Parts: sequence; C-alpha cells; structure tokens
Amino acid sequence: MTRNIPLGLKIFGGVVGMLLIMPTLVVIPMSFSASPLLKFPPEGFSLHWYGVFFTDPLWSSAALRSIQIAALTTVLSLLLGTGTALAMIRGRFRGKSPIQVLILSPIIMPIVVLAVGLYFVYSDWKILGSVGGLVLAHTVIAYPLVYISLSTALKALDSKLEDASASLGASKAYTFRRITLPLITPGLLTGALFAFTMSWDELILSIFLTGPTVKTLPVVMWDQVQTELSPTLAVAATIVMLVTIVLIMCALLIGTRRKALKP
Amino acid sequence: MIEEMTPPTKTLPAPSRRSPSRSPWTALIWPGLVFMALLFILPFIQTAVRALTDPGPQNFAIFFTDPVYSRSLITTFVTALFVAVVALAIAYPYAYIMYAAPKAMTAVMMVLVLLPFFTSLLVRTYAWTVWLQETGIINSALLNLGVIEEPLQLMRNTLGVTIGMTHALLPFMVFPIYSSMLRIQPDLVPAARTLGATPALAFRTVFLPLSLPGVMSGFLIVFVMSLGYYVTPALLGSPRDSMMSELVVNQIEQQIQFGTGSAIGIVLLVLTLAILFAGTRIISFKDIVTGGRP
Repeated sequence: MTRNIPLGLKIFGGVVGMLLIMPTLVVIPMSFSASPLLKFPPEGFSLHWYGVFFTDPLWSSAALRSIQIAALTTVLSLLLGTGTALAMIRGRFRGKSPIQVLILSPIIMPIVVLAVGLYFVYSDWKILGSVGGLVLAHTVIAYPLVYISLSTALKALDSKLEDASASLGASKAYTFRRITLPLITPGLLTGALFAFTMSWDELILSIFLTGPTVKTLPVVMWDQVQTELSPTLAVAATIVMLVTIVLIMCALLIGTRRKALKP
Repeated sequence: MIEEMTPPTKTLPAPSRRSPSRSPWTALIWPGLVFMALLFILPFIQTAVRALTDPGPQNFAIFFTDPVYSRSLITTFVTALFVAVVALAIAYPYAYIMYAAPKAMTAVMMVLVLLPFFTSLLVRTYAWTVWLQETGIINSALLNLGVIEEPLQLMRNTLGVTIGMTHALLPFMVFPIYSSMLRIQPDLVPAARTLGATPALAFRTVFLPLSLPGVMSGFLIVFVMSLGYYVTPALLGSPRDSMMSELVVNQIEQQIQFGTGSAIGIVLLVLTLAILFAGTRIISFKDIVTGGRP
C-alpha cells in the first residue's frame, strides 16, 4: 500500500521516529566515561566502569540474580501459558470469556497495587525477598504475554494436520509431540522471549518483593538513580538495553520466518 | 480418557449426556486459574482487607481530609487523560505514514516503535533526565547558544511527566491504530475519490471513521495504563503534584502506613476498573488489551 504522503507529514514521521530512539541512546556514551561522575557529555574514554560492573558483587550478583529469575519466570509462564491456551482453544467449557479477561488483566491493572497486595500475601507466606517469590510475581505479568502468543499460534494451526496424524493411527500424545508441538514452536519461542524480557526489566514488583540480600538488576539501578550517580549506572543501563534489544530482534526474526513459511 | 471431575452444575435438571468428543484439554485450565487466584486475585483482596481493617475504613477518609490526596486523584486522572490525548495526536499521523509508506519504510518505522516498547522503562526514563534536567543536554545547549539565560524547568513538572509517559506509551497507541488502518478495505478511499471527493473529504468521511476502533482501543489502553504509572512520574514529575501510585509507594515504603497505602491503592484500582468498564461498553476487553490484534 503506497500512497502520496505530504512532505510535512514525512518530516513529522522522521522526527517522531528519531525521538523514539535517540534520547535513550545517550546512556551508551555515558557508560564509557573516564570520570567518576555520571554526566553528559562524558569526560574521556575508558572501560573502567564496565570493569566495576562485572567485578563489584553489588552489580554482578544482581545481574546474575536477574538472569536466574528471568529464566525461571520464562519456564513457569511457558508451562502455564501453553496449558491455558490449549484449554481455552481446544477445551469445551463455559465461562471462557471471563477467564480470558482474568488472564489478560495483569497487562492493564496498576502494578503498584498488585505489588502492595503481593507484599501482604508474601509476608503471610514468609516468602518475602525470596527468588521463588519474585519468579511467581513476575510470572503474573509474563503469563498473559505467553498466553496471547500461544493462543495466536494455536488458532493459526491447521487442525486437519492433527486429524490426519490421528487417522493414520498416531496416538494423541504422539500427535501432540510430533505435529502440534513443532508447529507451535515459533509461538513458544516468541512467548519465551517476551516473558524473559518482561522479567529482566521488571521494577515495581521487585522493589516491593526483594529483600536486602536478594536484589535484581533493575532494583539496584533504581537505588542508584536515587542516590549516588556513578557511571556504573550507565553501564548497567546499556547492558540491560542491549540484552533486551538482542532478544527482541530474535523474536522479530522468528516472526518474519514464520510469515515466510506460510504460503 | 475418563474424567472423574464432575462440574458443579450437576444439580441442574437433565444434565447433558457426556458427548463422545469431550475434550481432554479442558482440565488444563486449572493450573492457570489456581495460579491467578492465589497470585492475582488474593493480593487484591488482601489489599482491600488491609484498607478496611488497618486500623479501619477511616483510611479512606484521607481523601476528604488531606488535600494532598484529593488533589492527587485529580492529578492522576488529568495527567493520564492528557498523555492519552498527546499520544493520540502523535500516534495517528505516525500510524498513517506506516500505513501509506512503502513496505521497507513501514518495517523501519515498526522497529522504531518496537524497540522502546521493550527497552527498560527505567533506562528510558533515566535517559530523559539526562536531557531534561537543569544541567541537562537541552538546557546546556540552549544556554551555550545564548537562546536562554536561565535554565528552563523541563522536568519535575507536568511537562516532564507528559514527555516521559507519552514516549513510554506511544507504542500502545500506534499498534492498535495501525492494525485498524490495515483492516480498511484498500479501495474505499480511491472509490470516494473517483466519485469526486477531495483527498481531505475522502479521508474525513471514509478513512477516519473506519480507523476509529483502533483509536478507541489505543486511547483506552494508554489512558488506563497511565493511571498506574510509577517510575516515570517518580523521576520526571513534580514532587508536589504526586500521582496516586507515588503516594502508594510513599505510604508503604517510607511511612510504613499499610492501611493508608492500601486505601489509596484500592481507590486507584477502582478508578482503573471504572474507566475500563466504561470502555468495554464501546469495545471488547480483549481488543483493549491486545490492541485489536486477532
């Protein structure tokens, strides 16, 4: 679909596009600063603060913790999301639409209120400040994303392929493993990447639910934003951003390949 | 597969004969439901209980007695509405260019929207402070050029919040509008033109009304999501005109006033639900959340 776009509109689009990306990139040059003060333009050039990030246990252990929590969140939300998507699309029961509303609502509810509520619940359960508790909390918001991605994949799946497999004598389990699963793999991968990214970036739930010993990378960054501003913050910001961009590029590539495979 | 589970509706007269095609997938709904009950519904119930009992329902009186809280209710609502309007004004033309441009350009514009969508909100908001603060890039540049003599107040006020939140939420406005434009029959506008309509008239009477479902869905999601935003107002907003989410965090984390914090949270939740509910009169919940994507 190509139409004439007035010049003014083109310029507007260009400016908006620039404004979407440019402001954030400012953290990259700042992370290579040689001075102990976080400012722009940075003074000098050094990798000193990258060294600090990877050796200071405050940062490096938080980064590892974040990776661990994001990985576990991904697994849990894939299990829940796939199960729910299969039940909602294949199952026969009443009340599907309220259930769908329930599952999708974490996307749009004020996370602060959920964080407060989970804080109370976790106090009762005595899991405040635990890795498991953070994984469960992150799964609440990652699960709807996996569900959306999986239910889209399942709807697009041609059920005749499964019928064909069954009519050729394959058991249900075999059909699921050899036909259904490979066909929904791109959906699973996209969902997994979304879930990982969501957990990796999550701040609000983590502020409430982390303890003094178990902190995620965004929480350490948040502490730093409010107190001392050392260029390590810019390093952390750059790393968080690059990890996310790489993951999302992967998701986009999977998406394009999936489209390319369709006739 | 024989299922032992009997539905709770067994007391209904003439229970329907179990159909041979009864799906084994149905049981898979339970893990998700149990999870949501314990980790999504229970927390909200706990918050409501705290608000009503710690020490009592007078927690809510704060909205009538302390002007900080009643003002915050208005600030939250107005800021969210304002962000949605600004985002719409930017996103509609942007989505239209994506729709009308050659394929390669559309792809680039899509990536430009997608990247910030997934980049850490904290990183993006922090980056804005580098640009907007008194000693920030914009003020330094303007001072050096001699355009201004005093640094401009670009953040810690409504302007800062609006810039940060519009930037953060723009993708949620662009996606639904763009996808509703894609669903418009491509030959309708040319048909109107053939019948003598000017481009402006064809746009206004044919294209614009048909893209309205996307506008509605984008407007609602941005509006509702803005209501609960915390990071952006905390870093870019005025310390005097707090949004409700900031007050919640302040009450719980700094003041250790669990009852009051919960009460503010519940009011924020009810506000969100009320607006969503009003929205679902016009457009389905799933379309609000997923931007009308199939």
